[in-house]
Amino acid sequence: MDDTPRTLPRYSATLTPEVMSEIRRAAATGIYDIRGGGAKRRVPHFDDLLFLGASISRYPLEGYREACGTGVVLGSRFAKTPLELKIPITIAGMSFGSLSGQAKEALGRGATLAGTSTTTGDGGMTEEERGHSAMLVYQLLPSRYGMNPDDLRRADAIEIVVGQGAKPGGGGMLLGQKITERVAGMRDLPQGIDQRSACRHPDWTGPDDMEIKILELREITGWEKPIYVKIGGARPYYDTALAAKAGADVVVLDGMQGGTAATQDVFIEHVGQPTLACIRPAVRALQDLGLHREVQLVVSGGIRTGADVAKALALGADAVSIGTAALVALGDNDPRWEEEYRALGTTAGAYDDWHEGRDPAGITTQNEALAARLDPVAAGRRLQNYLAVLTLEAQTIARACGKSHLLNLEPEDLCALTMEAAAMAQVPLAGTDWWPGKGGM
Amino acid sequence: MQRHDLATDDLRSLNAALQAQAAHTNQTEWEVLNPRGAHAIAVGLDAPIDVTVNGSTGYYCAGMNKQARIHVTGSAGPGVAENMMSGTVVIDGDASQYAGASGHGGLLVVRGNAASRCGISMKGIDIVVGGNVGHMSAFMAQKGSLVVCGDAGEALGDSLYEARLYVRGSVKSLGADCVEKEMRDHHRAELGRLLAAAGLDHDPGSFRRYGSARQLYHFHVDNAGAY
Repeated sequence: MDDTPRTLPRYSATLTPEVMSEIRRAAATGIYDIRGGGAKRRVPHFDDLLFLGASISRYPLEGYREACGTGVVLGSRFAKTPLELKIPITIAGMSFGSLSGQAKEALGRGATLAGTSTTTGDGGMTEEERGHSAMLVYQLLPSRYGMNPDDLRRADAIEIVVGQGAKPGGGGMLLGQKITERVAGMRDLPQGIDQRSACRHPDWTGPDDMEIKILELREITGWEKPIYVKIGGARPYYDTALAAKAGADVVVLDGMQGGTAATQDVFIEHVGQPTLACIRPAVRALQDLGLHREVQLVVSGGIRTGADVAKALALGADAVSIGTAALVALGDNDPRWEEEYRALGTTAGAYDDWHEGRDPAGITTQNEALAARLDPVAAGRRLQNYLAVLTLEAQTIARACGKSHLLNLEPEDLCALTMEAAAMAQVPLAGTDWWPGKGGM
Repeated sequence: MQRHDLATDDLRSLNAALQAQAAHTNQTEWEVLNPRGAHAIAVGLDAPIDVTVNGSTGYYCAGMNKQARIHVTGSAGPGVAENMMSGTVVIDGDASQYAGASGHGGLLVVRGNAASRCGISMKGIDIVVGGNVGHMSAFMAQKGSLVVCGDAGEALGDSLYEARLYVRGSVKSLGADCVEKEMRDHHRAELGRLLAAAGLDHDPGSFRRYGSARQLYHFHVDNAGAY
C-alpha cells in the first residue's frame, strides 16, 4: 500500500459542487432552473446592522410599563378610507394558484387576528381570502388574470404591481401542473398549460401613463381605496419618485431577497438589489419631494425577525411586508415532512420547487390531498403568533432606543458591522462616525 | 336625457352619477358634452344605460365597463374599454393603443382604425375594427374574437392562447405561435354575428382566420428560438 501523504481533495471556489451539479442538470435537460423563493446568495442585509440602544444622551423606556405604539395608517395621501393597521407588518401578495386555497385562508385569518392586511396575487381574488381578511389589498398585475371591477370595489386597497424584488423586469409563470380547472377558470386559460404572466402592463407604459391609470382606478372606486404601487429593487430612487409623482398613496419596495412563486434561478440571484441597499434611496426620493410619511413606504424582501422590522423602520420605512416568512409560519419547509422532502430530492429548509405543486406541507400546491394537510385555522393562529413575536421584538428594541412608537426609530439609532452595509444603509461603521460616501460621493 | 357638460362639470361628478345608476334606473339616456380628450370618462359603469360622448376622449374611456352601452362620436385615446366585462362600446373614429386590453366580455366596435396592441391580453371580449390594426395586436390574447376589416400590422397574435382572429385585408406578419387556420361554418356564423352587431355588412367569406398553433403551451427547449 502506498502510504505517500496526499493532499485532501480540493473543490474549486469557482466551480463548486453546487455549480457543477447545475451544469450537469442544465446539460441533461436544456432548460434553466426554475424555483420559488428569493435570493439565496449572501448579500448585505439587516443582520449587518446593530442598534446602539440608549445611553446618557438618550434614555430608554420601561419594557413592561411604558407604551410603545405600533399602529400605522397606510394610504392617507388621497384615499378617503386609508388602512389603519395595528402593526406595521403586512402580508405580501401571493396568488391563489401558486398557493392553495387553505393557505390563502390561513394568511387571511392570521393577518386579521393580528390586525393587519393581506394581499391577493396574480390570479384574482378568492372567497377564501376575501372572507377571512378584514383588510385585503387587491393587486392589479400585468396579466390582469381575474381582474374585475366588483373585486376592485370590495377590496380595501389596490396595489399596482410594476415589479417585484425576485425578478424586477420579469413576468411570472405558473406551470401546467398547477393550472387546475379552478385556477384555469379564474385566469381564462386552458387547463394544464404553462401559464405566462406578462412583465409589462397591457394598457400603459411609463410614469405619465401610470398617473392616468391611477386616476382611472380612483374614478372606478370613488376615490375611496388607497392606491399602492409595488416596485422591485432596481432603481429605488427614481422608481419611488416616479410612483409618488404618479399619485401613489403608498410605495411598496421589494428587494432581491423577496420571494416569488416561480421564476428562473438566474433571475432571482442576479437581477435586482438587496433590500438593504434600496431603502435609503427610496426614503431620500420621498424626502426630496417633501412626501416622506405622506406617501407611506412599505419595505419587503427578507424580513424575518422583529429586529429586521425595527431596522427597516429606522431606515425610514413606514411598514414592512412579509411573504416567505409568513409561509414558514404556516408550516412551509417544516422538518415534520422531512421524509417526503427527501423523496423529492431535497430537505426541509431547502425546498424551493414551489412551482411543481408537490409541496408536502400543502401550501404551494393545488393538489387537493396535499392542500388538505394544512389546517387553515391552526395555521392562521401560527401566523398570528409569529406576527405578535415580530411586533414584540421590534418594540423591545424601540424601547431600548427610547422610542414611544416604532415609527420613531431613526437612522441615528443604528450602526453597521461592515463597510458594505454602512454604505448601503448610510449609517456609521461601528466604532466610527463615518460611512462610505458620507458627505457626498 | 341626462346631460353632463365637462366644460363646466368635473369628471368625478360625471362618473359618480353614472356609477350610481341601478339596474332598473329610468335614467337610461346620458349625454356627455365637451369631453375634450379627458381621461377616464364613463369608467366603472354597471347598469344598462346608454351614454353618448359627443367628441373625443383621452385614456381609458369606458374602462371596466359592465352592461352600459357607450358611444363615442369622436376618437378614443389609449386603453378604451380596457378590462371591459360586458356591454357595448362604439367608437366612431379611431382608437389609440391597447383598445380593449384584457377585456373579459362585451363588444367593442372601432369604426375607424385601431393602433398597436389592439386586443392585447383579451380574455373574452369581442372587438370589431372597421379599419386597420397596428402591430402586436392580440398579443397574448386568451379568449374572445378580434375582427379586423382592414389590414393587420406586424406580429399579429403573438403568443396567442385561444382567442380567434379574423382579418379581411393583409397581415404584415404573424407573431410567435400564431398561424392561419381553416375557416369553418361555425366561424363564419360567429363572424357574421359580430359584423352584424357592429353594423357592418362585409361577407364573412372574405375574411381569413388566425389562431394559436398551441406549440408554446408547454415550454420546450427546442422552441426557445420562438420566445
